[in-house]
Amino acid sequence: MIVRGGESVLVMGITGKQGTFWADKMRAYGTRIIGGTNPKRAGETHLERPVWATGTDAAKETRIDCAVMFIPPFGVKAAALDAIEAGIGKIVCLTEHVPVHDTMYLLAAARERGAQVIGPNTAGLVTTGECFVGFMPAFNERVFRPGEVGVISRSGSLGTLLCLNLVQAGLGISSFVGIGGDPIIGTTTRDALESLDRDPRTKAIALVGEIGGSMEEQAAEYARTMTKPVAAFIAGAASPPGRKMGHAGAIVMGNRGSYAAKKSALEAAGVSVCATPNGVPEVLRGRLASA
Amino acid sequence: MNFEEYAAKPLLRAVGIETPRSGLATTPDEAESVAREIGPCVVKAQVPTGKRGKAGGIKLAASPAEGRAHAGRILGMTIGEHRVERLLVEAQVPIAKEMYAAVLNDPDSKGPLLLFSAEGGMDIEEIAEQHPGALLRLPVDIRKGLDRGALAAALPKELPADRAALIDTLARLYDAYAENDAELIEINPLVLTRDGKLVALDCKLVIDDSAIPRHEALAKSGTPDKATELEAKAKPLGLKFIELDGNVGVLANGAGLTMTSMDAVRHFGGEPANFLEIGGESYTKAKPALELVLANPRVKALLVNFCGAFARTNVMAEGVVTAWQELKPDIPIVFTIHGTSEEEAIALVRDRLGIEPYDLMDDAVRAAVAAATGASQ
Repeated sequence: MIVRGGESVLVMGITGKQGTFWADKMRAYGTRIIGGTNPKRAGETHLERPVWATGTDAAKETRIDCAVMFIPPFGVKAAALDAIEAGIGKIVCLTEHVPVHDTMYLLAAARERGAQVIGPNTAGLVTTGECFVGFMPAFNERVFRPGEVGVISRSGSLGTLLCLNLVQAGLGISSFVGIGGDPIIGTTTRDALESLDRDPRTKAIALVGEIGGSMEEQAAEYARTMTKPVAAFIAGAASPPGRKMGHAGAIVMGNRGSYAAKKSALEAAGVSVCATPNGVPEVLRGRLASA
Repeated sequence: MNFEEYAAKPLLRAVGIETPRSGLATTPDEAESVAREIGPCVVKAQVPTGKRGKAGGIKLAASPAEGRAHAGRILGMTIGEHRVERLLVEAQVPIAKEMYAAVLNDPDSKGPLLLFSAEGGMDIEEIAEQHPGALLRLPVDIRKGLDRGALAAALPKELPADRAALIDTLARLYDAYAENDAELIEINPLVLTRDGKLVALDCKLVIDDSAIPRHEALAKSGTPDKATELEAKAKPLGLKFIELDGNVGVLANGAGLTMTSMDAVRHFGGEPANFLEIGGESYTKAKPALELVLANPRVKALLVNFCGAFARTNVMAEGVVTAWQELKPDIPIVFTIHGTSEEEAIALVRDRLGIEPYDLMDDAVRAAVAAATGASQ
């Protein structure tokens, strides 16, 4: 789920205000935007690129590696199914508040066709100096400078802060993988960790988690097998506990989900868990120097 | 959104799952008259929390007079922070066997998960832990719905109830889950009556908040989140606001960064006064957000932490600075701003408020905590 500069990107919902703003930013940064979709504006050009009605139509004319969706919540399921049907292999879903049943439906369809979904509710992907997909401030050199640290984050704003802290500490970022803040998402913390572990340009990994769910615990199982250093910050130590999901929630979640559970699972796997985001670059700098 | 038992059970009835005859009561008089109509009954506190029975909120009544007496004692009780204002008065059912059934969104399989146990009742969590084999976990492909054949094959060979009837009830439960965008629908206990019927004695329901716009009629019977006066004001503005006990006001964008700001306040020896996130599509609402934070008299210093990805920091900063100049609060404010459009945002704070934002969040948080502590002494 790392995005590379050579990949062609279709912007679904390109004519909207956010779609236009971010498509323009992505293109200026080096992302190969090949066009976009809007069912009502097919045949027009927008940002000097073609507009198709659907991803399926676009795929008949050109090869598409990645689709990024600037689509309102209740339109996401149909747009994602369109992208999957079009054979697009990587689908980045930025939208917040997608109904979870819709997410589960589109993920089942994606799994069947071998498409990788990132999100929903992700800020996107960045490969520093090459391209970005989504709405991360990749173009801000104080936040993104090329380097060796891969960053995984459920949150865009917190991921931005962590990248900034890395750059302030004199480190740089190989790739940023925003996985999304929803309870059910296509690409998990563990998936992103495996992908960055395989990435030859990434020498160390910063993992930004949040309380709730069990993705950090699952990532910890993989981290045990890694040689690249990993440092983590888990947000939510001071947050009031969330609502309990009845007996069923307790049965399915067990003891996972709390700050303490995540911290101890990660630490047992050799991951340094820092008290503030600013601790992460310090740890990684030390571990990169001694590697 | 949570639904109490009385609001959840109609959804079971709508898919053809039987529930006992019942009526709602908010006074002992009403409880007595429902009891007179339905005979021996159970008086059940309606509060959005578990362990009602252990708290004394569920009582059997053999007569209308006893129902009235129980209602008098239960109404006004506090169960897990919730005051009992409503009772469900329900016909007693002759129980032969208690079972357990639920369908929920499962993050591990990324799809619906059906849970069933022939052993049910209050101790289901212990049963699941000590006898994991006694609990059936069946992942469902949401595109196809519940596969009755797969369910039949997965159910234990020995069942306390009629196999076909049980499969039918579980399939109906799945329908109620699917039709209503449920995060969770749980029947505990699902009972086999002595005359051989399957009846849902309790129901817990949570509907996905993101799906509420397509279930507006249903949402009217949901339990509103327990909110303070200020929290209630935040809701129509589309802001996520939680009041806390500390004295450092926190204003940040995005749930992750807001939580982190609170964590950092505590880490550096302070206590946050609130959780207030203005991320996502609400990032233009910095002004009403600031008004909410400042309406809390405990706030002695304000930490503004913006890290713009999607949210443009200049838009958020403009809102805060304008509101600050209008409201002229008499407390220190500390900024740290990064990300999309940060140059404009920082210049704006510097020029209009004469304040220099901190480059490091940790430094900003230390300053805010020190200012709040100084002001409190």
